[in-house]
Amino acid sequence: MSPPPKSGTDSPSIPFLKMEGISKQFALVKANDCANLDVNRGEIHALVGENGAGKSTLMRILYGLYRADSGRMYLDGDPVELRSPADAISLGIGMVHQHFMLVPPLSVTENVVLGSEPLRAGVVLDLKGAAERVKELSETFALAVDPDARVEELSVGAQQRVEIVKILFRGARLLILDEPTAVLTPQETESLFVILRRLKEQGKTIIFITHKLSEVMEISDSVTVMRHGKVVGDLKTAETNTEELATLMVGRKVLLEVEKGAPARGETVLELKDVHALGASKVPTLRGISLRVCSGEILGVAGVQGNGQTELVEVITGLRKPSSGSLRLLERDITGLSPREMLKLGVAHIPEDRLKRGLVPAFTVSENLILGSHFRPPFAGRLWLRREDIFENARSVLRRFDVRPQAPALPARSLSGGNQQKLIVGRELSRDPKLLVASQPTRGVDIGAIEFIHRNLIAQRDRGCAVLLVSADLSEILSLSDRIAVIYEGRIVGTVDSTQADEKKLGMMMMTGVLAKEDGNGAGES
Amino acid sequence: MDWMIVLAFISQMVRISVPYTLAAIGGTFSERGGVVNIALEGILLNGAFTCVLATHYTGNPWVGVLAAVAGGVATASVHAVVSITFKAEQIVSGLAINLLAMGATRFFLRIIFGSSSNSERIAGLPEWDVPVLGDIPVLSTIFSSPLILATIVIIFASQFVLFKTSFGLRLRSVGEHPEAADSLGVNVSRVRYAGVLLSGALAGLGGAWLAMDQHSFTDGMSSGRGYIALAAMIVGKWNPLGAAGACLMFGAAESLQMQLQGQDVPTQFIQMIPYVATVVVLAGFIGRSIPPAADGVPYEKERQ
Repeated sequence: MSPPPKSGTDSPSIPFLKMEGISKQFALVKANDCANLDVNRGEIHALVGENGAGKSTLMRILYGLYRADSGRMYLDGDPVELRSPADAISLGIGMVHQHFMLVPPLSVTENVVLGSEPLRAGVVLDLKGAAERVKELSETFALAVDPDARVEELSVGAQQRVEIVKILFRGARLLILDEPTAVLTPQETESLFVILRRLKEQGKTIIFITHKLSEVMEISDSVTVMRHGKVVGDLKTAETNTEELATLMVGRKVLLEVEKGAPARGETVLELKDVHALGASKVPTLRGISLRVCSGEILGVAGVQGNGQTELVEVITGLRKPSSGSLRLLERDITGLSPREMLKLGVAHIPEDRLKRGLVPAFTVSENLILGSHFRPPFAGRLWLRREDIFENARSVLRRFDVRPQAPALPARSLSGGNQQKLIVGRELSRDPKLLVASQPTRGVDIGAIEFIHRNLIAQRDRGCAVLLVSADLSEILSLSDRIAVIYEGRIVGTVDSTQADEKKLGMMMMTGVLAKEDGNGAGES
Repeated sequence: MDWMIVLAFISQMVRISVPYTLAAIGGTFSERGGVVNIALEGILLNGAFTCVLATHYTGNPWVGVLAAVAGGVATASVHAVVSITFKAEQIVSGLAINLLAMGATRFFLRIIFGSSSNSERIAGLPEWDVPVLGDIPVLSTIFSSPLILATIVIIFASQFVLFKTSFGLRLRSVGEHPEAADSLGVNVSRVRYAGVLLSGALAGLGGAWLAMDQHSFTDGMSSGRGYIALAAMIVGKWNPLGAAGACLMFGAAESLQMQLQGQDVPTQFIQMIPYVATVVVLAGFIGRSIPPAADGVPYEKERQ
């Protein structure tokens, strides 16, 4: 295994895009260190690397958002200099940012035309004509975008398609997609891939940033791997595999499969009986959930997003009051207790949205690490918080959970997504919980962090903790869970042993709410 | 005659709401672009003062109107520099401008006119004779005023500019999501400057109305109208038409208060009417009024 850190020499033609020796230094880090990138016309080129490897920086330089300290860029063999996004747009380069650049209260068409508005009579916005064009683009590329809809009313997947229309409207030939699948459900990811293939057929060139290697294998023609700001590999997708890519990315052998022994199932820790609850818009979302989690096991909850997973987690952690039904934790009735009481009873929670419920982004790392324990010793004295103990706690958790940088005084906001997640995992696991509720614990984090978080979840299980794992990622559910409960329209429609489950079978149950006929044996938790 | 009373009431309502409307639409432009502008109060005051000053020295009220607009723009440009270029706290900047305007106008009133309460009398704008509209009894006083006619044009023009032109689209986008606008090559600072300066021009014009209506400058003559205009802007949900409607309503409440003076009800209660109306409307009548998402938030370009 020693791929040359140079571009392949098998394509005789000039690459469509050539970035050569790009370096960019931020205050403390060298984000790009003499990075080279060659992209051929009409291909889907994956750019992979862990968080902080410099992928986004390189792409922002290509889009004119940052200026490189050194290096050259060529488009179609001609040297180009990009001072601003406007320059990039005029050269036919477009970018879909990881955090969408859409103005929520505006209509789709208004968002699309912003910055290059077509005018009638020199002053009036020609929104009608633009809407026609949006419709046309939407049909050509199967984007299914309604020009008159308000962006804030669209699903995440639809918003992403609006971003793609926005780029195409400006005549882009090269599309940069910055981790487009991080925010998508598996179903939305599938339809994105259909669109990408369509774009490729129509002659567009696509750079696809990701750290999910299965996606690289599925969609891309060639791959560039980055680590620590450097390009460490440039390969044809057909000539490589996920193991090789993972090793290049992380710089060491990575276990893509989680190693775990058989569960040592103990007493029942959490039991839900016929729990009903209303969702965010006051409609019944949980409609009679019954389930049981024992100590020493991981129960995975699989389901298409929006079938009540969020509400289930909220009810169990005390964030949402059930309208009926009962919850028992270790033989104690906990129905309707507050989040703090739940916490005291030993329920730990890794929330699905780390910036909304997991962290206070503006607080320091050490402050974030005492959230939930901030009111009791050793962190709280009679009147004041005890700085020394808080810092000592931060230092030890950061070390134990390998959060980087190990700087307790840094605001949590400035950590990368993966490290923010490790911070939350560290805080919750250091409580030594009896029940761990982990919701989308690895959403949008890189493989190194995924491997780490997975190992820690298994370790909690082996310690005797009961773990409830909710994830939109089926392969995560399959590889971690001991039993898998499928949630459908607010009910558990079946529970199967993970040794008897596979993606196809679970997928069927998730879509139809019906347990496949041949094994009714695993069903019926209630 | 009852009918005449109604017309008089309407006429008074419109006249009262003119400075509110101009300032509220000004505020709408500023806040749609993402800059909170409580300096409207000070801009009204400065506008009124520069109007009186220019009219006093030139004898030409039209020059006074231009001076009011210029004074408003100058005052707003201070707010723009402080809050857009230097990214300072916008409420503090606005408050400082209001206090400064109060002190400065009082100071120059003393120096130039030698009085601590009011200036000398100035010439007003000519009355226009508009066909048809000018023939309606009582209401003709509305349609003969150039500033009222200008305000009516401004209301509709503002609605058009904000929602039908590319400037309006860019202004709304930098007030909601400046990063998005920036990523599409829109110059966020420049558009925000335009919004704030426009608000200065409009509120300055409102100041000209105050001065022309009284034919003089009196100390502190804006008397909280800038703040009422902010309330009207919110009640109007950051739309020029809505703001104008809200201003008419406040105008009606104030007009009612004046008509009821001298009745048996204690004057203190009658004087409360406009303010009670403000509170009631803000508290419940309008439903949720959602400000632009980036309103009051300075834009940092290179945030990692």
